[in-house]
Amino acid sequence: MVQSEVKFISGNEACAEGAFYAQARFYAGYPITPSSEIAQIASERLPTLGGCYVQMEDEIASIAAIIGASCCGVKSFTATSGPGFSLMQENLGVAIMGEVPCVIINVQRSGPSTGLATSPAQADIMQCRWGTHGDHAIIALTPSSVQECYELTIRAFNLSEKYRSPVVILSDKTVAQMREKVILFTPGEVELLERKKPTGSPGEYLSFRPDDDGIPPMASFGDPHLLRITSSTHNEQGFTDDDPSNAFTLIRRLYDKIEDNADDITQIKTYFMEDAETTFITFGITARAALNAVHKLREEGNKVGLINLLTMWPFPACKIKEAVANCRSLLVPEMNLGQLVREVERACCAKEVHSYTKSNGKNIFPGEIIQAWRDSL
Amino acid sequence: MALIEHLTQEYLRTKKLPHIWCPGCGNGIVTAALIRAIERTGYDQRDVVIVSGIGCSSRAAGYLNFNTLHTTHGRALAFATGLKMARPELKLFVIMGDGDCSAIGGNHFIHAARRNIDLNAVIINNHIYGMTGGQHSPLTPTGMKATTAPRGTLERPFDLLVLARGAGATFAARGIAAQPRQLEQLIVRGATHKGFSVVEALSPCPIAYGRRNKLGGAVEMLRSMKDSSISVERAAETEDAELKDKTITGVIYSFDAPEYAEEYYRSISDNKG
Repeated sequence: MVQSEVKFISGNEACAEGAFYAQARFYAGYPITPSSEIAQIASERLPTLGGCYVQMEDEIASIAAIIGASCCGVKSFTATSGPGFSLMQENLGVAIMGEVPCVIINVQRSGPSTGLATSPAQADIMQCRWGTHGDHAIIALTPSSVQECYELTIRAFNLSEKYRSPVVILSDKTVAQMREKVILFTPGEVELLERKKPTGSPGEYLSFRPDDDGIPPMASFGDPHLLRITSSTHNEQGFTDDDPSNAFTLIRRLYDKIEDNADDITQIKTYFMEDAETTFITFGITARAALNAVHKLREEGNKVGLINLLTMWPFPACKIKEAVANCRSLLVPEMNLGQLVREVERACCAKEVHSYTKSNGKNIFPGEIIQAWRDSL
Repeated sequence: MALIEHLTQEYLRTKKLPHIWCPGCGNGIVTAALIRAIERTGYDQRDVVIVSGIGCSSRAAGYLNFNTLHTTHGRALAFATGLKMARPELKLFVIMGDGDCSAIGGNHFIHAARRNIDLNAVIINNHIYGMTGGQHSPLTPTGMKATTAPRGTLERPFDLLVLARGAGATFAARGIAAQPRQLEQLIVRGATHKGFSVVEALSPCPIAYGRRNKLGGAVEMLRSMKDSSISVERAAETEDAELKDKTITGVIYSFDAPEYAEEYYRSISDNKG
């Protein structure tokens, strides 16, 4: 039996390891702190795996290049941080509209603009959801540990292939650069998903005709089946089509194929929820502080619990509602001026929801969460 | 006639016709030259990918029966770079307009040239943003009018092929819609050249550019395009003073240099060995 490898690495290194495990073989990127380690590792490792690393002229080109590579059937990814993620919004839309699988790792840092270069933040929640224009859905995963960086990156590629969709990993500066123990999977230990390929004859294949699950099989450039990808509103053939009913059918399908599968896509981790009267709901590095706060408060006999969101989008509303069914109140600590709390309020409008925010480039500490909890009583 | 029939059935998505281009537009002539050029290269249809940006010119991709990747304004070369690096055996033709390539896409253009990656850029230069209603582009000649230059533009235009040369391109040619056979040959030469190739195709836009500048209709614009052009061979024997207002056509430069995708994969296999 192959022994699992145990390593002591950073979150960024774990993201890269996860990508390689998922068979990602193409990386294009542009240097930016605090994500650059991922590019450096990709430039070292991908050539040894027969893959390709390209350093592009900017982040607009980086995401363009991974979309182009993915259209050839090669699992592709890029990594960036706030200013670069802003530039990527344009072609993130192409990946959504063209239904091209790819993974974008956004290591969040403090903004707006250049901001506190380079201090942690968790303020790209809404940019990630709505940053590219127009109606659309997005998948975004939020790791809170180095192990989760590794596992969620593998999951990101799987979801990306399964749903023919871009997937964003919303990491943060602290998680990305801290070092922890991580247990790497052995080959075959985790199932790796591949995009559906067309099964019919090349003459019958339409690049955007969905199966019953709402997801069209995807040929690769160079296959016998011609592939037509477009950023314009299109019909099943991939031809620009401005008929209103066609436009609505497409926009609805692109949205529904993600949102209707929220149960499959979303994951939350719960702690001490059996008898919790107050639940902390958070994600990323703040979930680590919150867990520490929960432990301390439990030692004093307080009935508090924690939900750590591993998926930000689609928002795991149903799973949260179910988990907090017996709670009296919720407290949402986050490193921004209150983005997640609004979603929690929408999902749990019958509950008493408290917010604790911090937006100064510093992590939230357990003591602050404990104090916020006391203040909410 | 049989050849035209064959090319039409094989390489055009005839059900998508008629096209959206205005009467007198040169895009159809350039697109036809591209189709004939691809036929002449003998490339397998499945190995060809047409990548385009946004604008009138980029709509050509929709009518072509190949693999197509219709992207965002100015970004076609960036998408094509990833595609080529992932699958170097594919044959890529990147159709762009003048504003698409040289304004919003200018950064991608110079870097594709710098890498000398084996992409075949076909730039349809009609000196204007057509689809958005006739605004001036970086290739609009100084003094010419546009909807955003009602008194004539004060800006100086790029010479696209000189720009490409400075950035590292290894092949550049210029053709005109008035001479489609030459244009076809130039696209073939660009396609068979290993490295980044640029073919600039001058094309009339009577509606958004010609009318405002009193250049006449399509026929007059094509005629003056032809009259003001001179082949690179003849230009070599002509005094500089006489070339002042001339458009030089043909292969402007072509030389060998390491191609990026090939170098990359060679370096990988060297390291493995």
